[in-house]
Amino acid sequence: MTVHTTSPQFKQNAARALHDSQLQKALGNVKQGFIDKRQAAADKLPEFEALRDSARDIKNHTLEHLDLYLEAYEQKVTASGGHVHFARNADEARRIILDICRDAGAKTVTKGKSMISEEIEINRHLEANGIKPVETDLGEYIIQLRNELPSHIIAPAVHLNATQVEQDFRRVHKQFDAKRDLSEPVQLLTEARAVLRERFLAADVGITGANFLVAETGTSIIVTNEGNGDLTQILPKTHIVLASIEKLVPTLEDVSQLLRVLARSATGQEMSVYTTFSTGPRRAGDADGPENYHVVLIDNGRSSMLGTSFEEMLRCIRCGACMNHCPVYHAVGGHAYGWVYPGPMGAVLTPSLIGVDKAGHLPNASTFCGRCESVCPVRIPLPKLMRHWREREFERHLAPASVRSGLGLWGFFARRPSLYRFATRAAMATLGFAGRQRGRFSWLPLAKGWTKHRDFPAPQGETFQARWQRERNRRTA
Amino acid sequence: MSALPSSRPEKPRVGLFVTCLVDLMRPSVGFAAVKLLEDAGCLVEAPVQTCCGQPAYNSGDRGTTRDLAMRMIETFHGFDYVVAPSGSCAGMIRKHYPELFEEDPNWRAKASALAAKTYELTSFLVDVLGIAEVDATYHGAVTYHDSCSGLREMGVKAQPRLLLSSVKGLSLVEMKDSDVCCGFGGTFAVKYSDISGAIVDAKAKNVADSHAPTLLAGDLGCLMNMAGKLSRDGIPVKVRHVAEVLAGMTDEPAIGLAKEAAPRQDQP
Repeated sequence: MTVHTTSPQFKQNAARALHDSQLQKALGNVKQGFIDKRQAAADKLPEFEALRDSARDIKNHTLEHLDLYLEAYEQKVTASGGHVHFARNADEARRIILDICRDAGAKTVTKGKSMISEEIEINRHLEANGIKPVETDLGEYIIQLRNELPSHIIAPAVHLNATQVEQDFRRVHKQFDAKRDLSEPVQLLTEARAVLRERFLAADVGITGANFLVAETGTSIIVTNEGNGDLTQILPKTHIVLASIEKLVPTLEDVSQLLRVLARSATGQEMSVYTTFSTGPRRAGDADGPENYHVVLIDNGRSSMLGTSFEEMLRCIRCGACMNHCPVYHAVGGHAYGWVYPGPMGAVLTPSLIGVDKAGHLPNASTFCGRCESVCPVRIPLPKLMRHWREREFERHLAPASVRSGLGLWGFFARRPSLYRFATRAAMATLGFAGRQRGRFSWLPLAKGWTKHRDFPAPQGETFQARWQRERNRRTA
Repeated sequence: MSALPSSRPEKPRVGLFVTCLVDLMRPSVGFAAVKLLEDAGCLVEAPVQTCCGQPAYNSGDRGTTRDLAMRMIETFHGFDYVVAPSGSCAGMIRKHYPELFEEDPNWRAKASALAAKTYELTSFLVDVLGIAEVDATYHGAVTYHDSCSGLREMGVKAQPRLLLSSVKGLSLVEMKDSDVCCGFGGTFAVKYSDISGAIVDAKAKNVADSHAPTLLAGDLGCLMNMAGKLSRDGIPVKVRHVAEVLAGMTDEPAIGLAKEAAPRQDQP
């Protein structure tokens, strides 16, 4: 683990997010935009549900034979003139990347969007070693200016409004006329494009992520909407692909199936604007391409998930549909989760990668509404996996003492029906009597969490079981 | 109300799984369920019961959950069907009980047998008994919230709407995002009170924007959460379990309203 994590302070992060009016305004866009578009795209494709099954099966098959596919992939990349480097953890990955950059004599590095690069915190490492990393995805570029982490895995700057971006551009882009008009989003885009064009041409190394790696051909694939990924990997002399090991799929045919669910689940597009396949360095006769092609395959905790109940999480293809549909994400945004991956997929993955002792809040901060699972293109049972984390926490006594003792008391009575009926009868009679005037309580001892935001409706007084017994006695008398 | 198919010689014996919240907070929902089931030709019994174990299950306490599940399995063993006025509690049995005993084939078989005959109330009436209408009257517009577990674990969406469409005097007005969580989530509402508060705030706004004077749903936890928020915000919407309206049993004050201060506001 490398990135500064605030996951242990999830509650405080969430409270701050709920009071951040800029953030709340921006989050409104998540609720409206993604959901309807995904639904429309799914509705237009009769075989969409069958494709989800197929996507799940492809990833399951790959994970079962991951060692074989990794080897096959490495051979193909090597045969095509590229280099594969295996990194067990973030430290190793950073060292490998820095070495490649130094060999290339790199002063600046352009970067396509890559979540694994956030995970290994490569930007900070390159900067510390005198190499300037430049994010080229517009959202990533914006948050790099702000020194922030992505708040969403496919829309990294979704927590921001256009006026905030305008302020950042005016602060950083001093080369332009201070009186220029930046009131329209397209003006912001044009300005970023002008700045980035220079960077693309100056870069010595281009770093991209990978949506998929194909064992059959040794190909890495990125999907983007801005074309920045292509310029990142084609213009510099050296292209480095960063990918975690679960990005492997066996064949191009498999990729074509996964691509059909990826963009639809993510943005509701049938395909993203660019889907780019890269196999090895530039060959004789190629119009363009890098002279050196490196793939850094990063484990960083994944292999320890294999063979456990969390293996299913490794199917994730990073579409973001789970967070787009999550009421908790809608309420607090991505930064509250406190590490690289937010939303339901983050709530399962983060404890696996940084430890449940640090990320214990994340799998608990879910209503288990199940909407994430209902839209996941590879059918990851996210609530079930979050529950598995809660079980691990309970076993390790990481759950809060108040929760344990409350549950223990409840369990004690629930195991003893006679005592339960006696105790609940008395308790409900008391509560019902106390609440008869107003029908609700605006404050109750031991229920502050509830009554802080809502009233507690008073019980009717007599329990069902008491009345049922009374009436049945009367019926049979 | 249509009768059972004539091919059934005997009345099905239905074990009513009352659920903790209905047992403790709002027994009238349980009696509404009994009426609906009896009107549909079932023989209904409510055996002595406590909790299905869902609070423990979702808090990671598998041991307690298994103990309570075994008790439930034995309690409801002899019934033809088990019916709950809750998609969440029925879903606990249907979807999760078999998962609890993955390493114990004997109990797993018993859990699966119980799971296979356990239903949410409106789904049982419509999908199993083939009922399309009820004999009830309710004056005014209602809006219906789809509780998450019922919707996504038990496929409850069309059934309550179908039955509501047969209630005389009632019109159903759909709110925006009726299928989005209300923020209850069991212990979540207390453990992550601020987030839960924000989610139910959005729900209350959607309820208010529907302009329906009554809100219905099929799960008492969600109903208490929404009723508590609506009353806290001074939004005058009456909140009831859908079974109360379907059974024509709306004499009891709506959830969170007083017995003495607000007698019989529902039916003009």
